[in-house]
Amino acid sequence: MSKIVKLKKGFDINLAGKAKQELADFAPAQTFAIKPTDFIGLQRPKVLVQEGDTVKAGTPILFDKAMDQVKYVAPVSGEIIEVKRGEKRKLLEIKILADKEIIRENLGKIDLQSIDRPQLVNRLAESGVWPNLIQRPFGVVANPEDTPKAIFISAFDTHPLAPDLGFALQGEEQYFQAGLDALAKLTSGKVHLNVDGSKSVPAIFSGAKGVQINQFSGPHPAGNVGVQIHHLDPINKGEIAWTISPYGVVQIGKLMIEGIYDASKVIALTGSELTKTAYVRTTAGASVSTFVKGNLNSGHVRVISGNVLTGEKIAMEGYLGFYHNQITVIPEGDYYEFLGWAKPTTEKLSYHRALGLLSFLKPNKEFVLDSNARGEERAFVQTGVFESVTPMDILPVYLLKAIMAEDFDEMEELGIYEIVEEDLALCEFVDVSKHPVQELVRKGIELIQYS
Amino acid sequence: MKFLRDLMDKQRPLFEKGGKLESLYYAFEAGETFLFSPKHTTGIKGAQVKDAIDLKRMMITVVVAMIPALLFGIYNTGHQHFLAVGEAAGLWDNFGDKLLIGLQLVLPIIIVSYAAGGLVEAAFAVIRKHPINEGFLVTGMLIPLVVPATTPLWQVALATVFAVVIAKEVFGGTGMNILNVAMTARAFLYFAYPAQISGDLVWTYLGEKTAVDGFSGATALAVAYNAGVDGVPVTEALASHNTAIGSDLFSFSNMFMGWIPGSIGETSTLMALIGAVILIATGVASWKIIVSGFAGAYAMGLVMNLLAVNEYMAMPPQYHWVMGGLAFGIVFMATDPVSASQTETGKWIYGLMIGMLTVIIRVTNPAYPEGIMLAVLFMNVFAPLIDYYVVKANKTRRLQRATV
Repeated sequence: MSKIVKLKKGFDINLAGKAKQELADFAPAQTFAIKPTDFIGLQRPKVLVQEGDTVKAGTPILFDKAMDQVKYVAPVSGEIIEVKRGEKRKLLEIKILADKEIIRENLGKIDLQSIDRPQLVNRLAESGVWPNLIQRPFGVVANPEDTPKAIFISAFDTHPLAPDLGFALQGEEQYFQAGLDALAKLTSGKVHLNVDGSKSVPAIFSGAKGVQINQFSGPHPAGNVGVQIHHLDPINKGEIAWTISPYGVVQIGKLMIEGIYDASKVIALTGSELTKTAYVRTTAGASVSTFVKGNLNSGHVRVISGNVLTGEKIAMEGYLGFYHNQITVIPEGDYYEFLGWAKPTTEKLSYHRALGLLSFLKPNKEFVLDSNARGEERAFVQTGVFESVTPMDILPVYLLKAIMAEDFDEMEELGIYEIVEEDLALCEFVDVSKHPVQELVRKGIELIQYS
Repeated sequence: MKFLRDLMDKQRPLFEKGGKLESLYYAFEAGETFLFSPKHTTGIKGAQVKDAIDLKRMMITVVVAMIPALLFGIYNTGHQHFLAVGEAAGLWDNFGDKLLIGLQLVLPIIIVSYAAGGLVEAAFAVIRKHPINEGFLVTGMLIPLVVPATTPLWQVALATVFAVVIAKEVFGGTGMNILNVAMTARAFLYFAYPAQISGDLVWTYLGEKTAVDGFSGATALAVAYNAGVDGVPVTEALASHNTAIGSDLFSFSNMFMGWIPGSIGETSTLMALIGAVILIATGVASWKIIVSGFAGAYAMGLVMNLLAVNEYMAMPPQYHWVMGGLAFGIVFMATDPVSASQTETGKWIYGLMIGMLTVIIRVTNPAYPEGIMLAVLFMNVFAPLIDYYVVKANKTRRLQRATV
């Protein structure tokens, strides 16, 4: 039975710099990087290559000693030019200088008819596509030894300036379907494909077979898979579900049909500070410098891998995160503002309507937001705001306070199993008291996970 | 502004680690962030952009919402004075003089309240090494509005210091307190110095002059209570009260407008409602608490009508809305987000209980003619309990889902 869910709570952050629906030609990225820090839950990374080695696309680069079946592989072929470590030898980046022509490992096609589940799991884990599967609770890379009660795919992204998945995945229909077929074999339950109920659904999703298609509509975070799970089949203590993005499904499909690891994808270049905003075909882990340099409106900018709510600040020569499908460039906000807390403004976006915050008068305006923190951290004062942007039966403030107090029972009872950072990212945006909400959520999850 | 910014940047090293005035860093920081929003940027991970709101803006919104009540209170203080001494009975007669007397009485109270509380805040910030809490912007304005204009200034200072220290700072500052700070200040005065904040003589400033013959300084609540004791219908007692200084002082419309004796900011229901409109439109206060507060008072008034053991109980319930400080208390005190119920369901219960308790205290308790103060403080104490059960219901739903 497919479900139709209409959500009311939430808030759309309407930013300037939407990607135009066209595939732009940028000089291809020269270097690529695997960032172990992208993979949450990766505990003890072991590097399999050395500087100077040559690799093919699909050659294993590292694995986690705590979960050694899952291999993390090179997205492109080329030479390992740097294994970058930080303090205490923490592994930060493994950089690859890409070949002009990508050479791929032949991983062998997978025929679903003639393979059983353990073999399939094994093939997926070895091939490098596995880290696309994320486990709920905790939002970590799925463990091949688990069988999830269901697999959830959100087929639309409601984050600010997020790519239109229907456009980005054009032409990938057969791979997408092949990926879905493989996923169906991994779970004991259903594969849920959740589409945007407020728009016409792209053919790639509406034509999907063997899955339950559910419709969600409403403001952000309606597109968050965590919110969708909450309304379809919520996760209780002890249960495990997996999630995967449509990009990941396509990657699996390419492995099934072509027998290759192909991490290429169409990402969105967005943000008010980019002269040319468009879609571009690149590969996971690409250096963003060729897309950003020479394409800026102003000098003092922040480049973000991902979106402005959940993304990560990277350098101008930084690398696209494994799970990120967009780059956002916004002005850096390190300036003082005279009486900035009192001035009436229609230029700064606010969910609130307190004195002088007039952005609500312009509901269709596209705002240019910078990275200014807009005030300092305080104790919780205002109430009811977090609840009004969280379309789940969860009390975010109580949950966050339980995390601060490190009260394990309270965290469990208040629903820590149902959320990851992105589900409460909007709370971090609207917070009057400027708490690091997402950092707190991860802290709470780690407390529970490793207790 | 460049010159101010340069000045700040020049002074900054003095207060930063290793500077001569390092211990006063948070006092400097408070001044600096007041003048200039800081240049902090968001972190590497997490939300990269932030909403334009901050606590300073939220608090100043509440202060602005109180301005109608304050301005009205200033003028009414002068107006009541002239009424009592039998001069310039017309509402707008001697406008300038009335305003002047009001300002003379009210401004010092505001200055003392802000100064005393501000000093305590600053001292705690410096000693405890935390940023100065914006919450005092509101408290410092609320306290003057809930005391009579005749309150001795030293009492205002003492009450403010007591409330800020005992009701707030010992718990850790704004956001951590259990009781509404301004209400605590008033309760302190009420129990420590009852002679200056209750009875019939404190509400109207007479100064050097003497009141006209037959003048009574009683508030509407006292009149209503005595009517109950004497067995006179309350509406009649109110209508015939204080005819020496003009008729219909306590008519429904006059009480709604607020041209009656009382604490500085509480008399006008209209001004409280204007404040409520500002608070609700800006989303700063919970409309649920305000609506349920008024509804609770009305409902309890109806219940009292049914019982009608004495004439006070038989009073039409809408009179409760306009007498005393009910409207002011519900709009500005009950909605304090820190001491109120913090869950959405809890807010309905919390507001309803405040309204009902206020009427119960007013009608049945001879010692406390005004019930809103104790009702708010009482429900402040119970708000965590209400929330406990609302949160528990949330947990139970989650648990049942797992076991079904």
